[in-house]
Amino acid sequence: MAKTHVSTIINGEPVEFLCEPQQTLLDVLRDELGLTGSKEGCSSGDCGACTVICDGNMVCSCLMLGAEAEGRSITTVEGVAQGDHLHPVQQKFLEHAALQCGFCTPGFIVAAKALLDENKNPTEEETRYWLAGNLCRCTGYDKIVRAVLDAAAVMRAEAAE
Amino acid sequence: MPNLSFTAPTTVDEAVRMLAGGAGLAKPLSGGTDLLVQLRSGRMRPEAIVDIKRIPGLIGIREEAGEFVIGAATPGVMLSAHKAFEHAWPGIVEGADLIGSQQIQGRASLAGNLCNASPAADSVPAMIAARATCVIAGPNGRRTAPVEAIVIGPGRTSLEKGEFIVEFHVPKPKPHQSDAYLRFIPRTEMDIAVVGCGVNVTLDGNGVCTDARVVLGAVAPTQVIVEDAAKALIGHRLDEITNAALDAAAQRACKPITDKRGTIEYRTKVAGVLARRAAKLAFERAGAR
Repeated sequence: MAKTHVSTIINGEPVEFLCEPQQTLLDVLRDELGLTGSKEGCSSGDCGACTVICDGNMVCSCLMLGAEAEGRSITTVEGVAQGDHLHPVQQKFLEHAALQCGFCTPGFIVAAKALLDENKNPTEEETRYWLAGNLCRCTGYDKIVRAVLDAAAVMRAEAAE
Repeated sequence: MPNLSFTAPTTVDEAVRMLAGGAGLAKPLSGGTDLLVQLRSGRMRPEAIVDIKRIPGLIGIREEAGEFVIGAATPGVMLSAHKAFEHAWPGIVEGADLIGSQQIQGRASLAGNLCNASPAADSVPAMIAARATCVIAGPNGRRTAPVEAIVIGPGRTSLEKGEFIVEFHVPKPKPHQSDAYLRFIPRTEMDIAVVGCGVNVTLDGNGVCTDARVVLGAVAPTQVIVEDAAKALIGHRLDEITNAALDAAAQRACKPITDKRGTIEYRTKVAGVLARRAAKLAFERAGAR
């Protein structure tokens, strides 16, 4: 079958690729573009390890076809830090030891960043509901939630400066 | 899937041609949160996927005379962000918002939830309760059908080959009219309804119900419009006797299965409880308007 030619924006950069009709955006990111930060956990939209932001909406890249990315703007975990400067969410994940095996971490980072882009001062409950689509088998979630709330506080303080 | 094709037409006519054209199965793609899972598991083997999201109007909500028009592929996040619609039909938004995670909400649509044809689909009971209709495009032009006419059994719809839902029309609520949707799951998030119940009521100035629709999900092969439950409400305030009649009518309408989420007896009992609770919420909302 003919491959589809796709022009899209990934982490702010124009990107072109060819993909098979059934290839997911996650397949394309990992196998065609070498962006292996997004992880394949369940392939059914349950675990959130493949979370990316597409035109401002958080989506599971395993549930989106690569061909659908035409003309869209995608942010992956690779686009969260500014060069060597970690995003506050990433910094706080380190400080709070909000990861153990790390497999779920890219999805959590993208989801947490999306939360804080939308809600500067989320409650613990809002944070837990927002992150309900990201599964972690190691941490028990508590350190993740602390890290996100702490990152929110840092971002509010930075914005106030 | 050696022969799968992907197209993203920009007009309804083009999409119909692509869906109707081939010999094999052709599937419209909106959010893909069910379709891509079925594709990967091999449960669904289409020869064509037609992405309908590039067609103008398929994503978005507009207000027209006396009604809201919701594009078939509008994702959940847009629905819950639309203040006027949420104010008009909080129950529909509650139902749609219960579907999956925030990531799923970024893609999942009302048309997808309806046409996936699960008896447990969370957005469907409140849509039926609100007497929403859908506009369907197909090889013979356009037709309109009530939402309850689409699902005919688990995984099966009344849509003919080449047909797809373009948009939903939801009438604006009358004075003292409102709705509610509740579902029961054994935890707080990320599960499929054991029972779901949508209730839409209109009250007079004294809090007496003048019109009602009660719809149950996950207790039969399709969503169930419980006529007897509506009859139990109409002409009454939501007092103890009315509640008992509502509960009994909801239980009588159940034809559930036993599965890992609940037994026949459990689902039946919960259906009565949820009908009472959803009615309480709908009456409170309608009374406050």
